[in-house]
Amino acid sequence: MTEATSSVITLHINGTPHTLTVDHRTTLLDALRERLALTGTKKGCDQGQCGACTVLLDGRRAVACLQLAVAAEGRAITTIEGVADGDRLHPVQQAFLELDGYQCGYCTPGQICSALAVLDEHAAGWPSAATADVRPEAGPPALTDAEIRERMSGNLCRCGAYPTIVRAVARAAGAESEVVA
Amino acid sequence: MTTATTAPAATTPATPSVGASHLRVEGRDKVTGAARYAADHPADGLAHGWIVLSTVARGRIRSVDDAPVRAMPGVLTVLHHGNAPRLKEDFAGTFGPDATTRILQHDRVPHAGWPVACVVAETPEQAREAAEALVVTYDTEPHDVTLRPGHPGSHPAETTAMGPGRTEKGDVEAELAASDIVVDAWYTTPEEHHNPMEPHAAMARWEDGRLEVVDSTQGAYATARDLAQLLGLDPADVRVRSEHVGGGFGSKAQARPHLVLAAMAATVLGRPVRIALTRRQTFSLIGHRSATVQRVRLGAGADGRLRALDHAALSATSTVHEFVEPSAAYARSMYDASGHRTVHRVLPLDVPTPTFMRAPGEAPGSFAVECALDELAERCGLDPIVLRARNEPAAGPVSGLPFAGHRLADCFTEGARRFGWAGRDPRPGVRRDGRWLLGTGTAASSFFTGAFPATATATAHADGAFTVRIAAADIGTGARTALTQLAADALDVAPDRVRVLIADSDFGDAWVAGGSMGTRSWGWAVRLAARDLRDRLASGAGIPPEGLTVRANTEEAVRSLAAYERHAYGAQFAEVAVDPGTGEIRVRRMLGVFAAGRIVNPLTARNQLTGGMVWGLSMALHEEAVRDTASGGLVNADLAGYHVAAHADVPAIEVAWLDDPDPDDPVGIKGIGEIGTVGSAAAVANAVWHATGVRHRDLPIRPDRVLAGGAAPVTAAPVTAAPVTAAPVTAAPVTAAPVTAASVTAAPVEQDRAGHR
Repeated sequence: MTEATSSVITLHINGTPHTLTVDHRTTLLDALRERLALTGTKKGCDQGQCGACTVLLDGRRAVACLQLAVAAEGRAITTIEGVADGDRLHPVQQAFLELDGYQCGYCTPGQICSALAVLDEHAAGWPSAATADVRPEAGPPALTDAEIRERMSGNLCRCGAYPTIVRAVARAAGAESEVVA
Repeated sequence: MTTATTAPAATTPATPSVGASHLRVEGRDKVTGAARYAADHPADGLAHGWIVLSTVARGRIRSVDDAPVRAMPGVLTVLHHGNAPRLKEDFAGTFGPDATTRILQHDRVPHAGWPVACVVAETPEQAREAAEALVVTYDTEPHDVTLRPGHPGSHPAETTAMGPGRTEKGDVEAELAASDIVVDAWYTTPEEHHNPMEPHAAMARWEDGRLEVVDSTQGAYATARDLAQLLGLDPADVRVRSEHVGGGFGSKAQARPHLVLAAMAATVLGRPVRIALTRRQTFSLIGHRSATVQRVRLGAGADGRLRALDHAALSATSTVHEFVEPSAAYARSMYDASGHRTVHRVLPLDVPTPTFMRAPGEAPGSFAVECALDELAERCGLDPIVLRARNEPAAGPVSGLPFAGHRLADCFTEGARRFGWAGRDPRPGVRRDGRWLLGTGTAASSFFTGAFPATATATAHADGAFTVRIAAADIGTGARTALTQLAADALDVAPDRVRVLIADSDFGDAWVAGGSMGTRSWGWAVRLAARDLRDRLASGAGIPPEGLTVRANTEEAVRSLAAYERHAYGAQFAEVAVDPGTGEIRVRRMLGVFAAGRIVNPLTARNQLTGGMVWGLSMALHEEAVRDTASGGLVNADLAGYHVAAHADVPAIEVAWLDDPDPDDPVGIKGIGEIGTVGSAAAVANAVWHATGVRHRDLPIRPDRVLAGGAAPVTAAPVTAAPVTAAPVTAAPVTAAPVTAASVTAAPVEQDRAGHR
């Protein structure tokens, strides 16, 4: 690689700085997976359509396949490897585990990262397309199943584990709906 | 031999593990990102391959101008038909002869998206740039990608993966003529793609004289054996592993181009090579479900009892290999009639080769037959469940064999109770919720039950732990967990004492994760090995330091299964809301009640059955690959253009099951991978009719089709029993225009004789 097509950058991932030389074309997704051995973030489509590579950039969700690594310098990047507190799973991870919020598991890291952001976005009062009353004075909408489904719709699950994923997000939010026997 | 120790006293668990919910044993790895899939494995000196696909649909490669590309940064090699290692010419693998494996072996281009070269470079970016820069020229020939009845190139299918191409008993035409009521309708389903979330990937490398491969495969042993044959290697010199697989649905059951090319490149370069398909590439390299055009004719007495059943199905295949979507096989075990005929035709086109896709045949076939039955129920003035109860076969309609269990009617009874079916107003188009028209629908479901021979080993360790090894695959089914439960019960120990290792071809022969037969086939072998081990320990066998291992093979047991009609059954229910102003359809709820053998793990089983029903919803409303007749390629080969059901599409789904152990399986297992998908699209389509009064016989039921179909006028008058008529009712053709393999349309019935008989 010549100087013109690569740069030395430092990425702050899960609280740890990583300095590396990257091809300018390298996506954040490929930098994580191919350069930093952080393969928990998955490549499902590489074109921003499936959500499998969802990570948090400064706390907001982003698909890592549409983000150039060089553009992520200086930002706080959270990947699935950084969600748990050591051996203690995050409540969202715990809920996915206990409620079987997955099957093959390939979309799971993206679903979980997305769910973390959904809970934050909801707590911050952001409305969604499923929100009946979007006036600021209406306050945050209840995190119903319909709200969760709408907010999670950027994350595809071909196994069709949507119902248990929704329950897991609801449980993590402390708003689990009635379980169908 | 060193001193043997006595096994610690076995602690018998208070309750059996099978039948109780267990968290997935690999669950923690999946929620922390630690689970490694095929493209996640590191290797020193790893090179990256990028496949170049044909841009024309038919012709010959005139030139591959690889010299400029070889000079590009990082490029290690460019493989093409002029220089690639030779593969076995008459390959016949796990699924028989298959010329789609002849990758880079000739200059023929059989379809758009056929592999014509593979560039290998130091980094993925370099490989991709070089692959996109590679100039390939072609001598093109006219192509045909349009599936249509009456095509002179179609021929009767002699055989299908689900039995003979044609079955016939009695005189269908005479029975139809003597019927009080005849339903004669055409149904079409579009080209559908598996789209597992994990695109296929493989890494191959040579280590100590063996080809070591990590592949996203549904069957490590079968893939290793097939790959060895292709490469002309001793099977013992090829090892394939697939510890975690991100979905398969039938697309990962065979040696695919990424695997063959990774093995070739690793051999040529003498270093590890990984090839990961792009999402777009998966639309032409891993198989798909062909579009189907189906005609169903049902003749019945006024009481709804079938006298005639005629199901003719047309599907497409490639010019390389014949795969017949066995849609017409569905009725062979489901519904009897004095005149009974099921026929397949197949049309070779310049398209990629179709393959098994979740519920092959049963998914499109059940859509046609179960919708036709709903139409018959309407015409007879009968409740759809009553109609099905009146047509319960006493024995296999085609085989004449007795059923080894048949609880379809019980599924409907329980389903009707749970769904609140009693008192349903049969009239279509009369329920409203604001702008939405509401309707409910039901359909039957069935999937055959089988087992394949498998081998497994069980090892007792001196510390009281056990290890089970079997070349199973867990593609999301929960197989690893189910096998752990089965082994624990067979050993009479708690599951936490048992470690199950899977997905390594070195563990020996085992069936792929397919045909809803994985867990049953593997579980049988695991149980056999574990029981043998338990008995040896109970009789005082000592455990040497390396452990005491026994091996089991179910070949004899499986081959000696008596001939029966063996099936799982289910009753599918759906409620939909249709907006006649926009054509939008929302599925409000679904229910599936299944009689599908002993349920090993209720937690994962409910999830898997639910997922199957989501597939039916997705098939009914969303999925459609659209082929461009000009280029021969797809216009929507990505997840934005090819819509699979997303969170917001999927409502609450209720799943229940009846006690229904298989009488001849040691544990009573039948298999649940596919049955959730069967009949669910029909239930949705029947609900759409109930909501709107319009029969939608072409999938998916897109908004534009809803708008074009309109809605039947809402009438307050109760619908009386349908008039008795002998005249066949034909489905109105939506359009007379030629149709592509993807967007098929019912053709005028006059074309039928030439096209389907």
